[in-house]
Amino acid sequence: MSAPFAPQTAPRITRPHGPLVIAIENVTKLYQMGAETIHALRGVSLEIFRNEYLAIMGPSGSGKSTLMNMLGCLDTPTAGRYEFTGRNVKAMTDDELADIRNREIGFVFQTFNLLPRATALRNVELPLIYAGMPPPARQERALQALEHVGLGNRVHHKPNELSGGQRQRVAIARALVNHPSIILADEPTGNLDSQTGVEIMALFEELYERGNTLIVVTHEEDVARHSRRIVRLRDGLIESDEPL
Amino acid sequence: MSRLVYELTEAFRIAFAQIRAHKMRSMLTALGIIIGIVAVTLMGTAIRGMDVTFENSLAMLGDDVLYVQKWPWTDPDDWWNYVNRPPILAADARTLNRVIAGTANSLLEVAIPVVSRSSSIKYAGNQVDNVFTAGTNGDYARILTVDFQEGRLFTNTEADTGRPVCVLGFDVAQALFPRGSPVGQSVLIRDQPFRVIGVLAHQGSFLGLFSFDSQALVPLEAFQKYLGGRGRGGELRVKVRDKARMTEAQDELIGAMRRVRGQLPGERDNFSVNAQQAFKQQLDPIEHGIAIAGLFITGLALFVGAIGIMNITFVSVKERTKEIGTRKALGARRRTILLQFLIESASVSLIGGLIGTGFTWGVALALSMALPKLPIEFSSTLVAVGLVVSAGTGIIAGFAPAWGASRLDPVVALRYE
Repeated sequence: MSAPFAPQTAPRITRPHGPLVIAIENVTKLYQMGAETIHALRGVSLEIFRNEYLAIMGPSGSGKSTLMNMLGCLDTPTAGRYEFTGRNVKAMTDDELADIRNREIGFVFQTFNLLPRATALRNVELPLIYAGMPPPARQERALQALEHVGLGNRVHHKPNELSGGQRQRVAIARALVNHPSIILADEPTGNLDSQTGVEIMALFEELYERGNTLIVVTHEEDVARHSRRIVRLRDGLIESDEPL
Repeated sequence: MSRLVYELTEAFRIAFAQIRAHKMRSMLTALGIIIGIVAVTLMGTAIRGMDVTFENSLAMLGDDVLYVQKWPWTDPDDWWNYVNRPPILAADARTLNRVIAGTANSLLEVAIPVVSRSSSIKYAGNQVDNVFTAGTNGDYARILTVDFQEGRLFTNTEADTGRPVCVLGFDVAQALFPRGSPVGQSVLIRDQPFRVIGVLAHQGSFLGLFSFDSQALVPLEAFQKYLGGRGRGGELRVKVRDKARMTEAQDELIGAMRRVRGQLPGERDNFSVNAQQAFKQQLDPIEHGIAIAGLFITGLALFVGAIGIMNITFVSVKERTKEIGTRKALGARRRTILLQFLIESASVSLIGGLIGTGFTWGVALALSMALPKLPIEFSSTLVAVGLVVSAGTGIIAGFAPAWGASRLDPVVALRYE
């Protein structure tokens, strides 16, 4: 077990950095749109190890959203193999997928997706409620996570009382709070001005240094350049997969 | 297990935040339930009141008393077989009591003769017409199912000597003596003077059926001397020792009466033995019919309220599709989402139920104070039923939208704008 908040410096070696977290092999995904069948993924293979910092890039229609949904266990492949920390995702029920999202995956969305009427603290507590953690431990852990993203003094603010950058920090704290195996960010700077975007990317860098595994889906080269490995998709296939 | 508790707590928190955030909409939705619950519970109080007075009326007949009469209580199709039956006379009671005394381990205790007719009673300037006036003896105290407000019943000695005394029912006493006590005063029954020695307590009535309230009791001898005549037919009331063995007692009584009448084997009974049970069997379907029709009609109001709840829950799910997607991404199971929306719809409905039952309680209280004669009976059971029904309505109405929400594909829900 890694402790993401423990003050440790990750070893700077080329991959594999740690144990295998995600292994997908020859995954395809088909969608039925009326009479038409859309091949969103046509056979994708990918391995992601602990403490990697990965960017997934590609133009719209390249299948990157589908791949992200798959990696985030929001969706299951039509064919192929997907193992998350050794467990077969394809065979999981809806509730098992919900549990794996809850414990193993931290989501960061472009539109933040905070609950508007809940304070920052309650937003961050939400995954812990679903994990069945008792209220005192829950609150302590949520406060800790908010402090780690530099919002220790904003815990009782509601989203509409926070700036865009602060909202995304709350979302990141929420993603981190359950100590997930991976953090999955979908265009995390897409709704932010460039200065705030830079701050958020600096925060990601910090999380990576602390030993977290990060996957960022983006179409911006500037954002992707912060990562250590870039996977490029085109027409449902991996076009390139290179370290930076 | 603890996870479910936290999820439920969270669901209640969300539900009340939602209600607070949409006050107008929640109030209007709850209003549908309020109207429904008020209608149903008001009908409930009325039915309950009807039930209680009905039971009271039946209790007046006595559940341990058999009635020997010329006619049965069920409607005979062949009236010509009954019309020529000999009248039941006070003398029959004496013979019957001798038969009972001569039977070992008899299930019957005593037979009491009752003769009656309708009469007008006057006092000073006041007059009450159509008073059911019964002549009986002192044993009547053993089957009297109502208490005395004041005074007493005549004794057997008074009855046998034919003293002109009487006992008045509550309503009769009220009408004749609006002020002051009737006891000791002399009233005119069929223009014959009778001294009042007792007044019965208030009983109430169901559909105007048997109530002691509008009766007067006089000694049997006095009745025959002043009001009726010796040949007048009446009835016998027979007290049974053990009301758990009513049917056996009824069989014994039929046998005993045949001996009294000297009937031959094979001859048809020339009398009828009636019991409270027979009456209940006739009245129960009427009462149930009223209850079912009433609850069905008022239930429609509640049904309309339920449709309102269902509609607003569908709207709520649609509005919060993206939130549902986010919650699913963060690890909410289907159950979590289902519970969240069910609790929301049940909460709105329960609030409506609380207001509704509170309103009904107030109305019932006001009505029973303004019109004490109205058969209204508000009970704590009714409050419980009102709350359970409203919460249940919310859950049933909210189920379809909540089920839909719990089944949403997280990918689709997250993309919803």
